[in-house]
Amino acid sequence: MSERALVIERLNKIFTTPNERVVALREIDLQVKQGEFITVIGPSGCGKSTLLKIVAGLDVEYDGKVELNGQQIKGPSLEKGFIFQEPRLFPWLTVEKNIAGDQSLKDPKVRGKVHELIRLVKLEGFEKAYPKELSGGMAQRVSIARALLRKPDILLLDEPFGALDAFTRSHMQEVLLNIWETNKTTMIFVTHDLDEAVFLGQRVVIMNPRPGHIKSVLPIELSFPRKRSSLAFQEMRRTVLNEFEKVEEESYTVGAGI
Amino acid sequence: MTVEISEKLSEPQKKKINWLNVTYPWIVPIVIVIAWQLVGSLGFVEEHILPTPSKILTTFGTLLGNGELFYHLTVSGQRVLLGFALGVGVGVLLGVMTGFSRLAQEVIDPSLQMLRTVPLLALIPLFILWFGVGEFGKVFMISIGAFFPVYVNFFLGIRLVDQKLIEVSEILQFSFWGKLTKVIIPSALPNILLGIRLALGTSWLVLVVGEMMGTSAGIGYMIQDARAYAQTDIVFVGLVMFALLGKCSDSLVYAIERKSLKWRDTFKG
Repeated sequence: MSERALVIERLNKIFTTPNERVVALREIDLQVKQGEFITVIGPSGCGKSTLLKIVAGLDVEYDGKVELNGQQIKGPSLEKGFIFQEPRLFPWLTVEKNIAGDQSLKDPKVRGKVHELIRLVKLEGFEKAYPKELSGGMAQRVSIARALLRKPDILLLDEPFGALDAFTRSHMQEVLLNIWETNKTTMIFVTHDLDEAVFLGQRVVIMNPRPGHIKSVLPIELSFPRKRSSLAFQEMRRTVLNEFEKVEEESYTVGAGI
Repeated sequence: MTVEISEKLSEPQKKKINWLNVTYPWIVPIVIVIAWQLVGSLGFVEEHILPTPSKILTTFGTLLGNGELFYHLTVSGQRVLLGFALGVGVGVLLGVMTGFSRLAQEVIDPSLQMLRTVPLLALIPLFILWFGVGEFGKVFMISIGAFFPVYVNFFLGIRLVDQKLIEVSEILQFSFWGKLTKVIIPSALPNILLGIRLALGTSWLVLVVGEMMGTSAGIGYMIQDARAYAQTDIVFVGLVMFALLGKCSDSLVYAIERKSLKWRDTFKG
């Protein structure tokens, strides 16, 4: 458990356009343990999505050390699963084929795994449904199952439940925690929802914009399953909120250039 | 609950034929044919101007009986098939090349777009000068007619693939083959089929023109020949043949389209 899965040291990322040079990430240091659940929260433009894309290998033009299991990240690989804000399912494939992707369902091994995952995300009966027949929450569950089929060491989630209504979102959070407890997959979950960050994370990473950097990392020492209504949860939420407001004040006093 | 839903999902495939929907498209043609027959039978119009449907049907039977119709049909069919296959083949090849490669697009596409604006039928005199009135000229012209819709729509189909889905296929480490068969082709399929449908239509059109510019066989020739002897009924048989063949080939592609594009969530009227 104590093994470090992801090591980020002195990560810098600069976007250059013909007439501008924007520092998107400055001196990011973060270490994530195997099987840990990390949530990343911050105002828009703080670089949290950029950070996630770098870890996913979708953006390889960065400076610094970003290592997964001791290997510098140079591109996408099956060890890194990624969930986008939109489910991004292939509309022409049924649920089971979406999960299988370019693997063949005729292979009994693949078929078995796909159906096991459909049970895990509670979509039995929808194997042959097309994405147009699914609700937003169901579609996002399919995309989670699709990522899990590749048995990733680390699952990167970029505001995955941002587009869902409050009820579906809280249900999805429980589905995700259930998966995490079953599979022990390392999770990095980016969100702009404070409640979600505290509910899911073992540590909350608070980021600050212009230039994007980590303001603080707060451990959430509450056991799972967590109860939003409990006093301890409310207390924790307030602590994170205080920290978060400090971030906001700071970014406003700096002017944020708006 | 899940059982209910899975039943609901499999239902549309087992749906019974709706007879109302089958009869609707026939109402207009049947009314027209009846009116037509009456106009002829009651002597309003002379037979060599507008033969009655029953007369056309009799002629159709005669031509079918003596094998003449079948002969012309095979000749026309061969020309269309050959030209269509050639045009589609080259169209797919170039469309895929320009679709995938920006370099190919910049080298090939501007010239093709320029050629596309030349009306095909304006090429007839040139084709007669170059290839005479033989088979090659006709097949070549049909293939040019079939080429452009396929080329343009293949290119477009590939370029309309959602970048977000390509990104997904990269994260999931699809092989090139997987990317092609699971992402690019299915996504481009609506355009691909549209291109093929348009190409079929143009093929028939160019065939008729080609067969009227000088030949000794084919449905187009049959019509032209009958005109010379004022055999209006044979002209009509030829026209009906074109209508039937065009409609059949179009329906075939349309059926494929409906079957393979049932995943689409589009306005259905």
